[in-house]
Parts: sequence; structure tokens; C-alpha cells
Amino acid sequence: MLKLFEFILLFVLIGCSISVACTRDLLTSIVIFMSYSLVMCVIWVLLQSPDLAITEAAVGAGVTSILFFVTLKKIRAIRKEKTDEPEEG
Amino acid sequence: MSRRKDNYDTSRWLKFKKWVDGEVDLLADGMEARVPEGTAGREKACVPEGTAGREKALAPEGKAGRGEALAPEGKAGRGEALAPEGKAGRAEARALKGKAGRAEARAPEGNDNQARPKTEAMSQAAYEAVQEEELKKLPIFTQGYDKSVDHGLALFRKFYRFMSVLLCGGLILVLLWTVAYLPIFGNAGNPDNNEVSARYIERGLQETGAVNIVTGMILDYRAFDTFGESCVLFIASCCVLVLLRIDASSKDSQTEKRRKEAAYDRLYEPKNDIILQKCACILVPVILIFGIYIVLNGHLSPGGGFSGGAVLGSGLILYLNAFGFQKTERFFTEKVYRRTTLCALTFYCLAKSYSFFTGANHMNSGIPLGTPGAILSSGLILPLNICVGLVVACTMYAFYTLFRKGGM
Repeated sequence: MLKLFEFILLFVLIGCSISVACTRDLLTSIVIFMSYSLVMCVIWVLLQSPDLAITEAAVGAGVTSILFFVTLKKIRAIRKEKTDEPEEG
Repeated sequence: MSRRKDNYDTSRWLKFKKWVDGEVDLLADGMEARVPEGTAGREKACVPEGTAGREKALAPEGKAGRGEALAPEGKAGRGEALAPEGKAGRAEARALKGKAGRAEARAPEGNDNQARPKTEAMSQAAYEAVQEEELKKLPIFTQGYDKSVDHGLALFRKFYRFMSVLLCGGLILVLLWTVAYLPIFGNAGNPDNNEVSARYIERGLQETGAVNIVTGMILDYRAFDTFGESCVLFIASCCVLVLLRIDASSKDSQTEKRRKEAAYDRLYEPKNDIILQKCACILVPVILIFGIYIVLNGHLSPGGGFSGGAVLGSGLILYLNAFGFQKTERFFTEKVYRRTTLCALTFYCLAKSYSFFTGANHMNSGIPLGTPGAILSSGLILPLNICVGLVVACTMYAFYTLFRKGGM
């Protein structure tokens, strides 16, 4: 049963990594990257290394993605709302 | 599109928040007076569509006696003015020009000191509009990259695609081929099961006093590596500081522009988001305590300085996101960052220098190892864990603040 769960997680991992490369939207790809880190964190626990799991959850899913978000905002990559709602500027 | 930014100022959510705060009596007449067309009205409420003169003037919420200010336009109603809503000090005026300029002006909201003057916002919007028009005039948008114009370019594109697919396929093949030669995962006869790991497992507890073998390894046998890692983090944050810091005292025009951009960026933030703040109120103490637990308990349970520091840093970032820079600047400034990092790294270096200078041969440090399993055991590992945790937490937080506003 655990073996099956592990296989499912690994396939989700592969799916995540392929879809990160395939999505055109940067915001979506960051969210997928976050989910990749989350799945990876569960896999670390299954591989019996909880220290790495904690680090992966905090750094991979947390801080790195937030830094990506801030960078996207700085380079004005998130600017679709300008055309949608003019008054937001 | 789901990720469209919600129109925060006119949203029902803000109304609900005001109602919760007791500023507005929503149930009486507020909702109907402001938003006449149900849900569709929310999006349309502030946007004058088309150029046809369409006047819209929104009455203030609340009851009589609040004062009413209707749009004072001269010609065919292009302008629009929202009446001041709520109580004193919440005045908000908006003017939308009908043309493409999309200039926007926002009066400072109450005593919120991060609002910018009107002219700055308008000049920014006008500047962007001009820039977009200039871009459209460039030949690259009209004729460049058109396959019918340049046959060589089309050929090159085909060649480029073919080669990139070939390169990716080749890379995948090579990597898969290499993976096939790797030893089986978890096999007892693998080359990583040599005398070094056997020694760590067998005598680690006895020599380092740490129940958690991993921390015992990285902070005792391999303390030099960990010192290097902490220094790398420190150097990385220094590089980010050099690249992204906005000097507050500089009068340079470039710096001025960057400072304005940073201020402009912060204006987008939905300030005082009540959901985020309530969640942060519950989550931040839990996250911080969990981080401290991981750091202090690193030699007994899974974790250690790096993971605990990362958890602490992300907790601080959440707090900053929810409550803004003014709250965090009370306890975390650049000075605090500098001193903490410097003290932690210096202590680490001094505490471990005896083994660095003797070629990392294990020498008796004179500190008793204590009983394995107790919190005050395993010699220097606990203070070293605290040092690494402090460095990592400060670095994470510094990264975020430098990315966000170019300073701490």
C-alpha cells in the first residue's frame, strides 16, 4: 500500500516537473513549483529523512516561491489586471 | 481569469469588513444604494465604459447626514467621483479619464503614510502609456519576425526548433543511461556503506553526544563544512544587499526612480487584509515556536539549525506580509541583522577554531557531553545550532525585505 502511494507521488512529481516546463504563464508555473516541493517533502518523509522534509517545506515551498512572486511583481510580469480593470492602474 | 486582482476598494469584502468594524450599517441601506445591479454591479461600479457620455455618481454609504458629493463634470460625463464614504479621515477621491491615459489619482487614505501624491501616480500612468505607444511604433512589432518578409528567418526558426528538440532528447538519453548504471537504492552492498558511515553510526553517539546522528555529523565531524555553508548564506545576502539596496540618502536620479518604484509597488498591496491578519495571528506564534523547537532540539530530534532557521524566517515573512514593514521595523532593522549575523558567525568560528586548526581532528573540547537525550548535552552542538539558525533566519528575512523594498 505504501509502495503504491510512493509510486503515485513519484508520478505526480514527474507530472509537476513536466507541466512547469510547459506552462506559459509564469504565475501558474510558480504555483506548480510549490506543489512539486510539497510532494517532494512527503517523499523525503517516506525516505526516512525528516530533516530534509522540514527544510524542503520551509525553503522550497515557502521562501523560494515567495521570492519568485516578489520578483515577478517587480518585473511587472503580473500585469494582466491592467487591461481587466483600468482603475487599478 | 481567476488570478485577476480583485477590485479591492469597491469590493463587497471591504464593505463586509467595514460592517464588521461597525463603520457602516450594511443592512439598512448601504449595499443597495451603492451597488444597484447585484453582482454585475461590482465590476462595473467604477469603470466608465466607452466614450459615450455616461454619468455615474455613486452616493455614499450610510445614512443621511454623511454628506454627498456627486461628480462635478462639465461636458459629457467622462469623469466620475466617488463620494467619501465612512467616517472622518477616510476620504477617497477617484478620477478616471475617458482616454487611454488611464490616469489615476488617489487621495491619501486617512493617516496611511504610504500613499503618494496625485501627480506622481498620474505621471507614472502617463509615462507607461507613452512607452507602450512608442513600443508599437517600433518596426519590430510591424514587420519583424514576420515569416513572409524574411525567408532566412523562417528557415532559422525551423532549424532552431529541430536542434533544440535534438539536444533535449540527447540530454535525456544520456541522463537515463547514467541512471541505469547507478547502484540500486538502499542496497547493503552500495559504495556509500563504507567504513566512514559505519564509524559515524557506531560511535557517533559516544563521541558527539547527539542522539540525532545527522546533527552530530554536520556540527561535529563536519563542522567546517557547515561553517562554510553559513558563510555562503551570509555572502549571498551581502550580494543581494549590494545589488538591490536603495540608498536612502542618495540624491541620484536613478536611485530616486527606484525608490519611487518601490513606493509605487507597495501601493498595490491590499493593506490591512483581515483574513491574512487573523490567519497570521494564529499561525505566526505556532510557526515561530516550532522553529525555535527545531533549533533547540536539533541534537535530539530531526531538524537542526538550517531547517529551524528556515522555518523561523518564513514565519517572520508571514508576519511582515500581514502587518507591514512598520510593525517589523520595531524589532528587526538592518542594525539588528548585521549584529546578529556577525555575532553568530564569529561565535561559530571561535568555538570551532581549535578543530579547524588541527585539521579537524577530533580533540577534547573540555565541555562535558552530558547524558544523551537531555536538552543540555552534546557539548558545543546546541550553541552551534542556535548560531546557524540565527544566520539562516536573518538571511531569509533579509532576502525577502531586500527583494520587496530594497532595504530593511
